[in-house]
This record gives sequence, structure tokens and C-alpha cells, in this order.
Amino acid sequence: MDSIVFLIMRRMRAPLIMLIVSYAVAIIGLVLIPGRDPAGNAVPMGFFHAFYVVAYTSTTIGFGEIPNPFTDAQRLWVSFVIFGTVAIWIYAAGALIALLQEPTFRRARAESRLRARVAHLRDPFYLVCGYGQTGSALVKALTDRHQHAVVIDSDQERISLLALENHREYVPALCADARRPSNLLAAGLDHPLCQGVVAVSNVNETNLKIAIAAKLLRPRIKVICRADSHEVEANMASFGTDHIYDPFDAFALYLAIALEAPCMTLLWDWLTGESDEPLTEPLYPPIKGLWVICGFGRFGRALYRHLKDQGLDLMVVDAKPHLTGIPGAGVVQGRGTEAATLEQAHIDRAVALVAGTDDDATNLSIIMTALQLNRDLFVVARKNHLDNQELFDRVGAQVVMHPSIIIADGIRVRLTLPLLWEFIHYSRFQEDAWACALISRISAVLQDQVPQVWQIEINNEQAGAVVAEEECAAALTIDHLITDPRDRERRLAVIPLLLEHNDERRLLPALTDRVRKGDQLLFCGREGARGSMDWTLIDRHALRYVVTGEDGPDGWVWRQLARRRRRRQRRGGVEEADA
Amino acid sequence: MNPEKVVFGFFIVLSLTLNFGFVIGDIDDPSHHHPWEFFAVIVVNLIATVLKFGDRSQLGALLLATSLVAMLQLTAAALVWVTAAYTSGVGMTPSTMTSIVSLAAGALMANVISVILLVIETFLLRR
Repeated sequence: MDSIVFLIMRRMRAPLIMLIVSYAVAIIGLVLIPGRDPAGNAVPMGFFHAFYVVAYTSTTIGFGEIPNPFTDAQRLWVSFVIFGTVAIWIYAAGALIALLQEPTFRRARAESRLRARVAHLRDPFYLVCGYGQTGSALVKALTDRHQHAVVIDSDQERISLLALENHREYVPALCADARRPSNLLAAGLDHPLCQGVVAVSNVNETNLKIAIAAKLLRPRIKVICRADSHEVEANMASFGTDHIYDPFDAFALYLAIALEAPCMTLLWDWLTGESDEPLTEPLYPPIKGLWVICGFGRFGRALYRHLKDQGLDLMVVDAKPHLTGIPGAGVVQGRGTEAATLEQAHIDRAVALVAGTDDDATNLSIIMTALQLNRDLFVVARKNHLDNQELFDRVGAQVVMHPSIIIADGIRVRLTLPLLWEFIHYSRFQEDAWACALISRISAVLQDQVPQVWQIEINNEQAGAVVAEEECAAALTIDHLITDPRDRERRLAVIPLLLEHNDERRLLPALTDRVRKGDQLLFCGREGARGSMDWTLIDRHALRYVVTGEDGPDGWVWRQLARRRRRRQRRGGVEEADA
Repeated sequence: MNPEKVVFGFFIVLSLTLNFGFVIGDIDDPSHHHPWEFFAVIVVNLIATVLKFGDRSQLGALLLATSLVAMLQLTAAALVWVTAAYTSGVGMTPSTMTSIVSLAAGALMANVISVILLVIETFLLRR
């Protein structure tokens, strides 16, 4: 940054010196040549007047012959001055303006501005490296929940796009190569409020370098990375990267769990979904029969491993099986886009098809051909580009897998709702019937909308009333929290999912469970229910009404009076007892 | 030999010598302080200032600072001169001449420091 400013100043030297010298020569000439006053006396021109004349002549303003009409000798000199200084002035001004507009200089200025803005951030933020599909989805999710992010990407076009997107919070964006640690530092890696680094560029190498830099420069910080291969994953894990996301592995695991526990998968889908979508239907992938996997790349391999563990019959179709690695089961060589290859893979008696190559056109073609041969296939499609959304909607695939979205969803849940992440983790140990029961509960409460999921912590900021009203807090249970603060007899459309108390977690806590200071709770419920719950948590009056049922007067004066009355009543009661 | 250094040193030393030449003489006597010399001091100082642009070393920054101080003093002196000679109607009095020369003497100090820094830099380069 600094060097470019010095370079620009150094390049300013030539035009500036030319300007000074030409002005000096012009002034000297004007002072040497005597003028004449109206009376005809010879009067020399002073330096001040000479400077004035040159200044307005060279800038083409031309006020005229000042202070007296010029003599012919003066006019001769001024005509030289006009051509000399005007040309040099235009050259110098043009050169200076061009220097200030130079792209490297402007980028340097933008960078220093961003550095200052990042240094002035007063809220915790995440450093998101890579603003592709994953990065933009993640930044949107973070800012929608009033969390802050700083973006770094080497593509100027993406950075410009970010400025156009309508984020709820200000997102500083740096156009620079994230592989260079100095750029990471400029984007706020060493800022005390930096909560974590998220490396989601689509190049493994870049993510690896970011993870290494982040772990070395800020060992305590959370580092979340995307990795597409097991090698890189193992490498990242070796130096303590906190969370590593492999979209293909994540999806294969998801599909494997969907085979075993369809309700569980649906529950996770509902809870992690964006709240403006309708509820999805459960998936029932066929558990018995032959699965045909087209494409044995990273995606195909991950699916193969997980599906094999489930004991399914598998058939692999790949164009170059000797390059991608030959699986144990049957292999058919070919692209899968032709009927002959698919027939060879027994598509007629298969129950499911996976179109998993890294080319969208191939995947679509495979699906269309296969569905012509066998109408009843369960189709899993891999979508590589977001632009092809409409085509995949039409082609008739039951599950469409998009690597960027999977990663963005995973990281979004991890960053915005850590308790939901824990809920999912612990629910894995439950039976599918447990999930089915919970799903029917949720759908009864919510009708058709994806549930809103939120977490609260009983602390001064989020539950000020509970902290202030100690008497009420002593009796507070979950039932109180989900009571409607407008009418004590009614309950809000909310289901408590998780209660965390002193590192002890309880799934689906009972309504009678106590809530204490410092507890963390996870809820899902209908839109708007959260607002009512916040009311109870923040407003002392509402809290007292909900817990005790007393709808007493409020305000400081009334509170003091009520306390006095209560004290007097107690004293009266004691005297009566004595009597 | 670096020709750039020759030009650089030339202008810095010249600005000092011209400045010294202007300041020397009776402080309140206009005939000892010629306007041509003052003009030359200003032009050479301007050039010296511009030549000091864009040096990122610590010494370079100090050199630029001394030049900026000298320019500030000289500009003030020029303004005093113009005000006295043209706008006040009083003309050059010994007291205005005194203030012009004392301002220029301040610029002289800055130029002396500038030359000292230049010498120091040369010695540092030697080693």
C-alpha cells in the first residue's frame, strides 16, 4: 500500500518541476521587460503582478493586460508565455490527474480505506474467504441474523456484485488474493473481534493456505474450511482446523441416513431450512435393489462407500474407470449417456440411479435416457452450477445435490445456530420413530411453514427481565417461557428442542424443567412466536404476569408502593398470629 | 556517481546558499535584500521540495518536512512583501523588511537542517 503512494509521488516530480520552471521563466521575462503607465513613464512590473499575469494566462483564464496596457515588447513575450505555459500546464494537470486515477493507486486507496473500516468494527465478525455461491449464501444468512462478516475474494467482479446485493449489515469487502497472509491481516484476521475464518473458495489449495495462515497467526480462532478431497481434508485436520466440510461426503452421509431414517432426515431438513420455503415431503429412497452410479469421481466414490455400508447392490458406470479408481463391484465402461451402456448396467431392473459426473449436461442426459428405459427409477442428481436450476427442476430427479449449497447450509447452521448443530448431533443417537413423533408435533404446531429456529441464552442482554426479577427467576420453567404473555392460559406455537445447563444437554426438555441464569435454549416455532417470547424475557411486568399471574401496577413508584404494602401485610399477618 | 543525486544535492545546497545570500545584510535595510534574490530562493526551494517527493525512508521524510517548513516560511514572507508593497499603500518600511527577513531567516534554518541531513545520509551510504 505504502509503496504505491511513494511511487505516485515520485512520478509527480517531473510534471511539477516542469510547471515550476516554466512559471519561473515566464515571470522573470515579465519582470525584466519594462511596462509603461498611462502617462508614458517606464515602470517595471513587480514579481507579484508578473506571477498574477502568468497564473491566469497559463490556466487560459485570461483577464487581460494588468495593471497597465502592455507595451509591444511585453506582448511579444506574453505570446511566447501563452504557448509555453498553457501547454505545460495542461500536460502537468493531465499527468497529475492520470496518476491519481491509476488503477493500482485506486486499489491501494480502497484497500487502506477498508483496513480502516475493519479496524473500526465494533461487533464480532467472521472472515469469509471466497465469495462464490457458497460464500454469498453464507454472508446473506449471517447478515440476515444480524451477524457481521468481512469478505475477501480475488475476483473484482464478485466484489462489485457484493456491493449490489442488499445485505442487512454492512459487509466490508476486499479484492485481494486470500492466499497471501498480509491480505488476510488487512481483512481483519488479527482484529480482536474476529470470531473465525471461513475458507470456502472452490480451490483446495487456497483453502489449505488460508487455514494454515489463520491457525498460525491466530491459533485460538475458529477455522472452517471446504475441502473436496480426503488428502486435503487429512492435511487440514493435521494442524487443527476446527471444521472441515466435504460436500460430497456430507451428501453421501445424508443419503445414507435418509435410507435408514427418513423421518430424521426430514426433521433436519425442516429445522435447517430457510424460513421462507414451504415444508418438504419426506424422501423414501429404495432400500433394496440395484443402484446404478454414473460417474465415479469424488461424488461417486463417497456415495459408493456409504451405500455399500448399507448393503445395497451397486453398479458403477464410468468413462475412465482405470483413472478414477476401480470399485469392487461391477463396472461398466462408458459415459452413461447412451442407452447401450445403461442397459449393460441392468438399468431395467435397477431401483435407483445416481447421475454424479461433474458436468451438468452429461448428468441431465443420463437421467433423461435412464428414465426412458425405466420409468420407476429413484433419481439422485448432482447439480454443479446454480444456473441450471430450472433444468434440474424439470428433469424429474427426486434428490438434487448441489455442493455449494450443502456447504453453505452446513456452515450457516454451525455459525448462526450452534445449538441446532448440537441438537442434530445428539438426535443421531435417537430412533427414527422419535423423529417421526417430533415431526408430527412440529407439523401440528406449524401447519405449512418451515419452522423458525432460534436460540436464547438467559443473560442480561437477551433476558434482562429474568436477571432483574430474582423472585420470578427462581420459579421459572420452560412452561413459563412458552406461555403467551397476553393471556396466561394460552401457550405459544413453540416447541422447545434443547436445554443446555452447565454443559449438560437435554433433548426435548419437559415443560416442568427449570430454567436458570446462564442456560441456553433452542426453540422452533411459528413466525412471530419469538417476538412474544422475547417480550416475556425482556419485560419485567410480562414476566411477573406469566410466572405469578399477578397483573400488578408497574413503574418505579408503583413498584415501591406495592413492596411497602406487601411488607405491611406481612407484618400485620405476624401480629395476628401473635395475638 | 548517480546523476539523480547530483541534481538533488545541487538544488538543496543552492536553496541554502541563495537563502543565506538573501538574509545576510542589515535586517531592516531594503537595499540589502533584493527582490530578485527572493524570487530565486522561492523557485529553487519549490524545486527542492518537489525533488524530495516519493522517498520512503525515514531520512527522506525528514528532508521533505524541512523543505515544507522552508516553503511555509518563504510563502509567509512573500505575502508580507506583497501586502506591504501593493495593498497597504504604505510601501516598504524598515519594520516590514525586518519581518520579511526574519521569516526568510527561519527558512534558512530549515535549509541548514536539510543540508545537514543530506550530509548524514551521504555518510550512511558510505558505510
